[in-house]
Amino acid sequence: MRLCVMSDFLNSKTKAMKRLHFIKTTGAATGFLAAGGLGVLSAFQPKPFSKHLTILHTNDVHSHIDPFPANDSKYPNLGGVSRRHSYIQNVKSENPNTLILDAGDSFQGTPFFNFYGGELEFKLMSKMGYHASTIGNHEFDNGIDNIAAQLEHAKFDMLNANYELKNTSLAGMVKPHQVYEVDQLKIGVFALGIQLEGLVSKDLYKETVYIDPVEIAQEQVRILKEELGCDLVICLSHLGYSYKSEKIDDLKLAAKTKNIDLIIGGHTHTFLEKPSVVENVEGKKVLVNQVGWAGINVGRIDFYFDDKGTSESESLVIEV
Amino acid sequence: MKRFYILLLVLALTSCADKPQKLKQVEGKQIQISDSIEKSKELEDFITPYRERVAEEMEGVLAYTPKAMSKTDYKLNTPIGNMMADAVMEMAGPVFKKRTGKFIDLVILNYGGIRSGINAGDITTRTAYDIMPFENEVAVAELASDELKAMVEYLAKSKVAHPIAGLQVIVDAEGNLSEAKVNGEQIQKKTYYVATSDYLIKGGDRMEFFLRAQNVETLDYKLRNLFIDYFKKKDTIAPMRDERFSQLKN
Repeated sequence: MRLCVMSDFLNSKTKAMKRLHFIKTTGAATGFLAAGGLGVLSAFQPKPFSKHLTILHTNDVHSHIDPFPANDSKYPNLGGVSRRHSYIQNVKSENPNTLILDAGDSFQGTPFFNFYGGELEFKLMSKMGYHASTIGNHEFDNGIDNIAAQLEHAKFDMLNANYELKNTSLAGMVKPHQVYEVDQLKIGVFALGIQLEGLVSKDLYKETVYIDPVEIAQEQVRILKEELGCDLVICLSHLGYSYKSEKIDDLKLAAKTKNIDLIIGGHTHTFLEKPSVVENVEGKKVLVNQVGWAGINVGRIDFYFDDKGTSESESLVIEV
Repeated sequence: MKRFYILLLVLALTSCADKPQKLKQVEGKQIQISDSIEKSKELEDFITPYRERVAEEMEGVLAYTPKAMSKTDYKLNTPIGNMMADAVMEMAGPVFKKRTGKFIDLVILNYGGIRSGINAGDITTRTAYDIMPFENEVAVAELASDELKAMVEYLAKSKVAHPIAGLQVIVDAEGNLSEAKVNGEQIQKKTYYVATSDYLIKGGDRMEFFLRAQNVETLDYKLRNLFIDYFKKKDTIAPMRDERFSQLKN
């Protein structure tokens, strides 16, 4: 019941946001055109949130370009990039302030990869308008030089902050982080990769050096938050959702750090009922999400912002 | 008069956008990509030539299986894992014999390397790509009995249904190693020839005993091609769960 109310509220809010966007883009010079919409003023009573950012995300798509077949024993007819593309287009037409992110392992899993080495995966992610992805362990399957070669087909950013790549063919091709300016909001995205030793053959990852993700995360967050003034910090992680051992995972990373708002995870192919909410070192809430694998699901996180100082006492509301 | 109001509104909005922003509300949900969402024609048209080229090669029927199988069917050993390890024994054995004059004693693959289940019905070239998308080749390690024992301990400790053949491992009710046999015999003080993938030979999946192999012979035989050859050889694939890796009850 609560959910129904929530979505109705959302719809009216989204409509108001669209109007806001329209007026802003037409600007004062065409003020006359908007004159007929004087009644619009009432739409701002009560005032909706001033900004709305939508994050869409995938992980471990593993070359699943086509949906699973109808006779699949687990996921009949699910997934497929053509449908994902339609969904992304729908969301973007509803809220143009949308970022599309992937948490790695887009390579390996169907003959499309064996035949084309990742070319088609990267071309399709580019066509779907992905903004960033990261390096999963399976990106190395045809060797690190193949990642470098296939990046030619990528119109999105390949991010990673904890692999030292200076002595590899990926030197200069992978950024630790990227700031995306969306509706005058600064969204900082950085990415972390899993320890490769014991998981990937050395002859595939070559001179890639893995660095402890927790320290690197703190450093990246400091740069994004303090130096670059980001309004929101997102971590793309291929560390894995949760391990019983001491091995670093997304839940531990969220608890051990500060100033990360959202961790988009991968690697463990974890299906979650809903995003996890973890308290960080400062007791603030961090969202950790992962959406299974193979493009069966797309995760959607909506962030609503308001002017600072309007109601400072209000705490952050999380609806998952 | 109207014009005045509009100008005021635009000004108000502009100044508002410059104010520092505070995150107020977050909503998270998941959308299943099902057939209720229409396919994008633009992307379908782009994929079609790639898909047709792949399909030509993939859809040839090689064998038939009456029952679906998945690596999560049972604990410790599964029909799909047994089939894969048995296939390596049957297909790589003669290649190794021809090349070295020796016999493969046992086979071990890794559970994580079974990349998909097999659906009931026709087994095609695509099935082989699904279960083994990687380019790994068969390699045979010559292991001293101590390293073989380390492998048995690794299996007993992990209790994961890694595919094995030629080897029997029994753990007791408490989960400790009870017995291990190679082709029905206790492990003796001699070297054993263990067929596996070149991924595991390099210590993948923490199978560190392979790093201490006395000798490694790679067969230039990709696992995927081995499965394709195995499927071609058989009319029906109907593997069973058995006692090769089992736990005793109290």
